[in-house]
Amino acid sequence: MPGEEEKQMQNRRQIGAMVGNHAVAYAVKQAKPTVLSVYPITPQTTMLEKLADYVSTGELNARLIKVESEHSVLATIYGASLAGARVFTATASQGLLYMAEMVYWAGGARVPIVGAIATRAIGPPWSIWTDNQDIMAMRDTAWLQAMAENVQEAYDLTLLAFRISEDKRVLMPMMLGFDGFVLTHTMERLETLDDATVDAFLPKRDYALIDFEDPKGIGAVAGPKTYMDYKYKAKQAMDSAKLSIKEIMAEYNEIAGTNYNTTECYKCEDAEYLLVAMGAWSGDAKAAVDELRQQGKKAGLLKITVFRPFPNEDVLKQAKGKEVIVLDRAYSYGSSGVLALEVKSALYGTQTKVHSVIAGLGGRDVTPQQIEKLVEDCASGTLEDERWLL
Amino acid sequence: MAEENEKELVSMAKPSEGSGGKTGTWRIKRPEIDYDKCTKCDTCVMFCVENVIVKDSESKPVIDYDYCKGCGVCADVCPVKAIEMLNEAK
Repeated sequence: MPGEEEKQMQNRRQIGAMVGNHAVAYAVKQAKPTVLSVYPITPQTTMLEKLADYVSTGELNARLIKVESEHSVLATIYGASLAGARVFTATASQGLLYMAEMVYWAGGARVPIVGAIATRAIGPPWSIWTDNQDIMAMRDTAWLQAMAENVQEAYDLTLLAFRISEDKRVLMPMMLGFDGFVLTHTMERLETLDDATVDAFLPKRDYALIDFEDPKGIGAVAGPKTYMDYKYKAKQAMDSAKLSIKEIMAEYNEIAGTNYNTTECYKCEDAEYLLVAMGAWSGDAKAAVDELRQQGKKAGLLKITVFRPFPNEDVLKQAKGKEVIVLDRAYSYGSSGVLALEVKSALYGTQTKVHSVIAGLGGRDVTPQQIEKLVEDCASGTLEDERWLL
Repeated sequence: MAEENEKELVSMAKPSEGSGGKTGTWRIKRPEIDYDKCTKCDTCVMFCVENVIVKDSESKPVIDYDYCKGCGVCADVCPVKAIEMLNEAK
């Protein structure tokens, strides 16, 4: 017999199935933003189409602004957010790059914005398929960044992103990455919260960042004597956001019955071989870990859910002293896998062996069997410092 | 320019008239409006990049020479050629 508390939780959740784009759109509808600015790009277009449906039927009472480019998309909601609106947009790949100047402006100005990034490769060669090069290119913009493993996480993290971004201790825009097509267009089981529960978790935003009685120019020129002080404030805010994110996730877990944290440890405590990954293929890595465990090999996965601020402490705690294999869907040319760089940095001084594996660029398929082989090669000492899964 | 404020998360400036000095002194040519030709069409008001042409109580365009830099856009766009650029040098 389920307990009273468990019954209450079951009542709050409705079970269905949605593709990732519609799951995010549904979460956005429940979050009740008042200004949306949109420009279509594959693979996020069907999400914005769904939001436009919600607005046209009156299910979502928001101003939907159609503009001529992604740069203008972010300029629009940047201003709306300063004025106190809850705002949302989505983009990917070339669109995110075209938005890049405003991405820095929004991060630097510390405005709450939620942006969903349907991660997609960058040309050339032209590609519409997934990898993480687009979202990783934005890692230094003072935006919070998270990556979803599945459709359920895309839904939950969207709701969390609004709450985290608008938290007055944080006040930073947040981008949520979820793999193009692999999640955006794949239908999965989805448990949604009822509207009343979302309303309680995410009350109406009740503050503006500008004083209408005393108008000012935002982002005014700052000379060498003052510029750096604003940047230091952003650094401090990003550092302290680590704790705020954990607290807000814990609160969400309480009401939604979920188990979110900045990282997820899957059979990793006693692992000898630790995979580190983020995004949709974390699920494939879990399947590989299960198979390896059946064969008696001590494999585990540390999934990075929140990439910015980077959870150094969690990585250090879980990966120290293990044979670490970092799976990267983005590459810093002339250097290393982007996630591998972060993991190596977190483990600096611990003598932990870190292998960087680059795979799945431009949507190239990666199977659990390929991931198993990486661990087997690591065990036999044949896995290189860096390997490209071609 | 932004003055550092401990509480500010982003640099802010309070725009005010003339905080950069009277920029009209930069001018080497001054626009003069011939009100006999002017049709009060407002084109110069719309196009003035410094926003220093304003309409008076009779809807006539009036140039604020304290801040007009003499770029000549108004003279160029005037459809009836009612604005002439005159040398400031004496």
